[in-house]
Amino acid sequence: MKIIVAVKQVPSRDSAIRLDAAGKWLEERDLTFEINEPDAYALEEALLLKQKHGGEVIVLCAGPERAGQTIRETLAKGADRAIHILCDDLVRLDTLALARRLAAAAAAENADLILTGLQSDDLGLGLTGVVMAEILGMPHAAIVMQVEILDSSVRVKRELEDGWFQWVQMPMPALLTIQSGISPLRYATLMGIKKAKTKEVRRIAPEQLSPPEPPTIALQRVYLPPRKKKTQIITGAPAEAAAKLADVLKFEMRVL
Amino acid sequence: MNGVLAILEYRGGWNRMSWEALAAGQALAAQLNQPLMAAVAGANLDEAMADLAAKPLARAFAVRHPLLGEYTADGFTAAFEQLIRALDPALALFPHTYQVRDFAPCLAMRFGQTLIADAIAIGVDSGQPVFVRQLLQGKLNADYRHAGAGPCFVSIQAGAFRADALAGEPSGARCAVEEFAPRIEASQIRSQPGERFRESAQTVDLSAASLIVAVGRGIKEQANLPVVEELARALGAELAASRPICDNGWLPMEGQVGSSGQTVSPKVYIAVGISGAIQHLVGMKGSKAIIAINKDESAPIFEVADYGIVGDLFEVAPALTAAVRKVKGG
Ligand SMILES: Cc1cc2nc3c(=O)[nH]c(=O)nc-3n(C[C@H](O)[C@H](O)[C@H](O)COP(=O)(O)OP(=O)(O)OC[C@H]3O[C@@H](n4cnc5c(N)ncnc54)[C@H](O)[C@@H]3O)c2cc1C
Ligand SMILES: Nc1ncnc2c1ncn2[C@@H]1O[C@H](COP(=O)(O)O)[C@@H](O)[C@H]1O
Repeated sequence: MKIIVAVKQVPSRDSAIRLDAAGKWLEERDLTFEINEPDAYALEEALLLKQKHGGEVIVLCAGPERAGQTIRETLAKGADRAIHILCDDLVRLDTLALARRLAAAAAAENADLILTGLQSDDLGLGLTGVVMAEILGMPHAAIVMQVEILDSSVRVKRELEDGWFQWVQMPMPALLTIQSGISPLRYATLMGIKKAKTKEVRRIAPEQLSPPEPPTIALQRVYLPPRKKKTQIITGAPAEAAAKLADVLKFEMRVL
Repeated sequence: MNGVLAILEYRGGWNRMSWEALAAGQALAAQLNQPLMAAVAGANLDEAMADLAAKPLARAFAVRHPLLGEYTADGFTAAFEQLIRALDPALALFPHTYQVRDFAPCLAMRFGQTLIADAIAIGVDSGQPVFVRQLLQGKLNADYRHAGAGPCFVSIQAGAFRADALAGEPSGARCAVEEFAPRIEASQIRSQPGERFRESAQTVDLSAASLIVAVGRGIKEQANLPVVEELARALGAELAASRPICDNGWLPMEGQVGSSGQTVSPKVYIAVGISGAIQHLVGMKGSKAIIAINKDESAPIFEVADYGIVGDLFEVAPALTAAVRKVKGG
């Protein structure tokens, strides 16, 4: 079984956020980067499927030079090889243009399954995987919590709202967008880290994949959200603030 | 291209977020001075259409077909593609539900468009709508504009618009309901959906709790959980959690609050080390009072909190436990 996992490198969850001078994006110099959280789970699922059914796991990532670090980490965890679409223009691209690049690179591999994360932590769109499926003419399922392979089809547990689920079956090749928490994440072993250095990372220029097209949506500006509600911040040293809060719980909220 | 088309979600009953999307559609249609339309797909739509007829709509469509009885991405995408081609609206609006996440990106792609997903507000600037989205799980806002030539596709975040703001027709007039019969073949539908089910009987019913202490990733490790367990015990509160805590198996899934977990509305909800991502907020925004303990003063949880302590939970939570014990004891 051949499985492609689409992996994005995103700003770390706890990085300090500053806007760039143009107000168009973040000041990247201040940031550290990591693998997008659901993508780590998509990779984990791919590695588990490979353990069970054999085959190959290929990581697919579009991003600047620095994304190479995240790619190495996926190889250290056990991915077999990687395709790095080298591009610095992610912030300006719309999903269609990005998905066209990713789909073109994926198409050349003829994989049985493509896994993506459910959404990227920075843009939070939840589009790229589903749009890739449409471009590639594959069936798909979004928000997947479990994957079972049955001969030439795949059976997946989709998460619905409010704790509901549904099993859905579809023929392969198929594309699944994976939800965080699908199974515990593994750590890279020392051996894995060593091996990763010898694994293939094919670097492709985006022009080789799809011609540029005018964007369909445009990000105009980014800004800190305006504060609507006035939270009463209780100040003071921990013991002092806690005592004030306990009084609020007793006298105002009347729950003590 | 003319009109705002709201594509709503109905399955024997309405997904509430449909009315929020319709309210967004109504506001937008008024600003753009365009007619508001709504559509819903399914096999049995009689009750749905009776409801829609009472809404302030220019037109309402029943997209009806036996193959639309159970949701599939292929069926719904094909059906709504045909409707949108026939109506040629300027905008197609959706509630940002899990179902919409599954098919609307494909649908937009069929028109060469990108869905502007999960919008929280819509403004109008020189006659053009501007859509506000959240980046980095609510830490930043971003303004997006539609730049494509075809219809603009937008989905609306849960809770961003108020369903009760949906103004009815003052005259009480009812809009005519129109049938739309899409052409769909069984062979077009590649996936076979099974029954919908719930995992296990919920052993912890948080919806009845009057006091909840909820813990998030700020707790760092499972071994640190006693810090919040003690607080919950001192308060006589139920212990709940954000999703990553349950994903890690540190607390049982039943304790998860949010869009994929439980919806709660206690007298007091104390969020400890929880950032306040929208999927968490939708599950607890209805609490009578919200208290947040977070070391990051710009965490989105403070947007919904009545009281907050900005500080290290490993100092604040034990101090609060002690203070609560003291107040209760004395
Ligand atoms: C389709 C979908 C469904 C989802 N469903 C749910 C759901 O039902 N419920 C849910 O909760 N999430 C859900 N999520 C996930 C959600 O988007 C967030 O990722 C999640 O809620 C974040 O959890 P958190 O706040 O605990 O962690 P984080 O976002 O990592 O926040 C941790 C917080 O702790 C603070 N902190 C860190 N250290 C300390 C310290 N020492 N003292 C004080 N504060 C500290 C940080 O400042 C930060 O604000 C869903 C996501 C998707 C895409
Ligand atoms: N630049 C990228 N490179 C590789 N995969 C990506 C990239 N951007 C998004 N994806 C994949 O698409 C998913 C959804 O992203 P998004 O549509 O941005 O929310 C992510 O979880 C990734 O799996």
